Amino acid sequence: MNSAIRRLAVAAIILMLALMANSTYLQAFRAGELNGRNDNRRVRDSQFSVNRGPILVGSTPVAKSAESNDRFVYQRTYPPNIAKIYAPVTGFYSYLFGRAGIELSQNSELNGSDPSLAFRRVVDVITDRRQQGASVSLTLNAAAQQAAYRGLAGKKGAVVAIEPKTGKVLALVSLPTYDPNELAGHDLTKVGASWKALNADKDRPMSNRAIKELYPPGSTFKLVTAAAALSSGKYNPQTQVRSPAELDLPQTTVKLPNENGRNCGGSDNATLTVALRNSCNTAFGSIGLDLGAEALRDQAEKFGFGERQLPELGAAASQFPADPNAPQTAQSAIGQFDVRATPLQMAMVAAGIANGGDVMKPYIVQNIKTVDLKTVSETKPESLHQAVSPEVAAQLTAMMVDVVKNGTGKPGQISGIDVAGKTGTAQTSPDKPPFAWFTAFAPANDPKIAVAVMIEDANVPRNDIAGGALAAPIAKAVMEAVLNQ
Amino acid sequence: MSIASTSVIQIMPRTRRGVELMLLIVAIGVSVGAYVNIGITVQDKVPASTGYYAAGIGLLALIAHLALRYRAPYADPVLLPCAVLLNGLGVAMIQRLDPGIRAIAVAAGRTPKSPAAPQQITWTAVGVVLFLAVILVIRDHRRLQALTYTAGLAGLLLLVLPLIPGLGVNINGARIWIRLAGMSFQPGEFAKLCLVVFFAGYLVVKRDVLTLAGHRFLGLDLPRARDLGPIGIAWLVSLGVLVFENDLGSSLLFFGLFLFLLYVATERAGWLIIGGLLFVGGAYFAYSTIGHVHKRITDWLDPFSIDQGQIAVGLMGQGWGGALGRGLGQGRPELTAYSQSDMIISSFAEELGLTGLVAIILIYTLIIERGLRTALGCRDIFGKLVATGLAMSFALQVFVIIGGVTGLIPLTGLATPFMALGGTSLVANWAIIALLLRISDQARRPQTPAAPVSDETIAMAVQKQ
Repeated sequence: MNSAIRRLAVAAIILMLALMANSTYLQAFRAGELNGRNDNRRVRDSQFSVNRGPILVGSTPVAKSAESNDRFVYQRTYPPNIAKIYAPVTGFYSYLFGRAGIELSQNSELNGSDPSLAFRRVVDVITDRRQQGASVSLTLNAAAQQAAYRGLAGKKGAVVAIEPKTGKVLALVSLPTYDPNELAGHDLTKVGASWKALNADKDRPMSNRAIKELYPPGSTFKLVTAAAALSSGKYNPQTQVRSPAELDLPQTTVKLPNENGRNCGGSDNATLTVALRNSCNTAFGSIGLDLGAEALRDQAEKFGFGERQLPELGAAASQFPADPNAPQTAQSAIGQFDVRATPLQMAMVAAGIANGGDVMKPYIVQNIKTVDLKTVSETKPESLHQAVSPEVAAQLTAMMVDVVKNGTGKPGQISGIDVAGKTGTAQTSPDKPPFAWFTAFAPANDPKIAVAVMIEDANVPRNDIAGGALAAPIAKAVMEAVLNQ
Repeated sequence: MSIASTSVIQIMPRTRRGVELMLLIVAIGVSVGAYVNIGITVQDKVPASTGYYAAGIGLLALIAHLALRYRAPYADPVLLPCAVLLNGLGVAMIQRLDPGIRAIAVAAGRTPKSPAAPQQITWTAVGVVLFLAVILVIRDHRRLQALTYTAGLAGLLLLVLPLIPGLGVNINGARIWIRLAGMSFQPGEFAKLCLVVFFAGYLVVKRDVLTLAGHRFLGLDLPRARDLGPIGIAWLVSLGVLVFENDLGSSLLFFGLFLFLLYVATERAGWLIIGGLLFVGGAYFAYSTIGHVHKRITDWLDPFSIDQGQIAVGLMGQGWGGALGRGLGQGRPELTAYSQSDMIISSFAEELGLTGLVAIILIYTLIIERGLRTALGCRDIFGKLVATGLAMSFALQVFVIIGGVTGLIPLTGLATPFMALGGTSLVANWAIIALLLRISDQARRPQTPAAPVSDETIAMAVQKQ
């Protein structure tokens, strides 16, 4: 009997070892996966109770945590007067609905759980201090951001401004917007109601029009077409381009007309400079037909089309149509058909031209610092693509300066400073108002800021909508905000 | 002469009661430490009740210890401290969970139940009283053999009790409780003890015929049906009752116990193979025909398919605990359903981490292996079988419940011995430990009188020859 009992003893030990092995797997190896689950209340509650680091613009917090005397210990707040201005960047931090924006992408740094903050955590444990997250400083320029917000007030649209030399995002505004405080509250019933209301709003205040929505860029895309033309070697700013009142599109009976129904500057042929100055559809349509879709797409991709930009906020990738036929190519050359771009992308086009053809990778997180101001990480400017040669960039700059001096971009003029710009008015469907665009940079000889303004809906009569009239003044205000500093 | 006396000294085991006392002090120290720790983390102060708590479990442990000194001096010195430690930790955790569970009930608009910790402390006292009764009343475990059939009948009766209308109550889908005089009991916990005695007593008598008589089939000597009859019927009835009561864990436990004892009694591994096949077949049958068994299995395979399901939340709690745990009082174990009872292991894993959980499993392993050691050392077959049965009942129970909570096997509701909230289980476990200690006293007691053999005795013995 004893040998049978001994065998049972061994079996019992094996059972217990199996329990220990399984627990080891669960608690040591699977813990990370379990803690990462969205439905994990323990992790969510504990993160919600952490003294989360602030998000800073300059030295002003646009999101901070304050002690609260309910079950979560800390309350995330967005200063009420600027909460809505920065909402498209900060995003929100909600118990029920997760996170968005910088609150989402920099979450582990803000709540202090990031591996780069491990040392800090150990210090906190030893000194028996509550863990405090790191602060995230943004590249945003408060004056530019506020100017953009004021300019867009009452309209539906977006503004993105970039520092051409570095790729720093100086302004990122999307309207209509929302108050993230409504989603960060600890009264979960109220939060739920706010969430429902925000989602039911047909103006979609939570959609980020600056970086996540795609729009036909219209005539601002002519900058890309012009860049492709100049880079091809077949064109220079003085090259005569066919620009009748209407362009016959091959393979179809459709004609591509100019916006005003007349030819470009009084002749059926115009120089590239004049064509850009007057934003002639027929001239750029025929350039598109001449260069072909491939060349246009190559050029667009060098400016950043087809890539997701600004990972901190998860921008959408702008698109150039996959396989357009000849008439579609002509349409695409003027930013119509299936060309779709974010305001961020069009700001990158202007910034690339401003920076001698070198498109810098846009970024919005300047640095991350611990509570005792030790820098954890600092973003360094990085080149994305050399979109055009410095010579072509200089030619484009001159042409864009001409647009603002003598052409459609006159409302963008700033006294005493050369502004380089391009207007755009993009049609989608007859029942929707066209999109008004303006993209520009200044000063033309030493660019400090490049900006793109897109207005989706401004509640003005359809015939009054034009990029120059609606969008350029906003761009001007944003540029002035930075240049006057 | 001198040879004789030295050999007596050599085989004479020491009582080791002093060791037991030392271990008890450690066990009480750890329990009180846990209690204080929880008070400090939750309320920022040493709980005012610490003195009472320490005095309470200290006194109970001391009484149990003195009873062993007095009536079972050779009993195993490790079993009692292990039981005290597990019981003490369990009470500390139940106490720690009470406010959280109350808060959740209030938040959900339910009337909170009365705090569970005082009940558990009361039941601990009852358990220790039963422990004393077993130690003091049963002077020799072999007397229980005379009760073989009585125990079998009592075991079956206890199992059937919850099925009696008006007496049995359905709690959380299992009909394993009876309500009497305003209190709930789980008679199955005592049925376990009775059936082990019955299995052992029956097998002592029948082991020879079970081993030898009958005919060979597939390399195994099958016993005659009439020898296997009573035990087979008992087994079938108990399983049948358990199926009706929806108590999967217990039915596995009873089946396993029966099989293990049959194996030990006959020393034929074939029984394990046949039993294993029967188990697989039965399990598959249950999976495909019984709804709640099917659900248990699918919950196990994909615990996250149910939103905030019991297993899923428990697993997340254990993951949250990680290797070192959140610290006592610093986790959120109350988020898990049944965090004081079925899922108490998950609560420990969350706050004490993998380290603490492994320590707890090791304490159970100690109890199991000490119990089997007792079986090995026991000189009578009945005692061997009872000790094996009791030790293996711990092994199965611990494996089934911890394995279920940690996701190793499908979860079946079984009490975590000594720790989980539940009076009957706690009391029954104290009785089981008492019985194991009683057998171990017999096993470790010197066979010859402990007094040194005098020269006269030897002289007389020589003269007789």
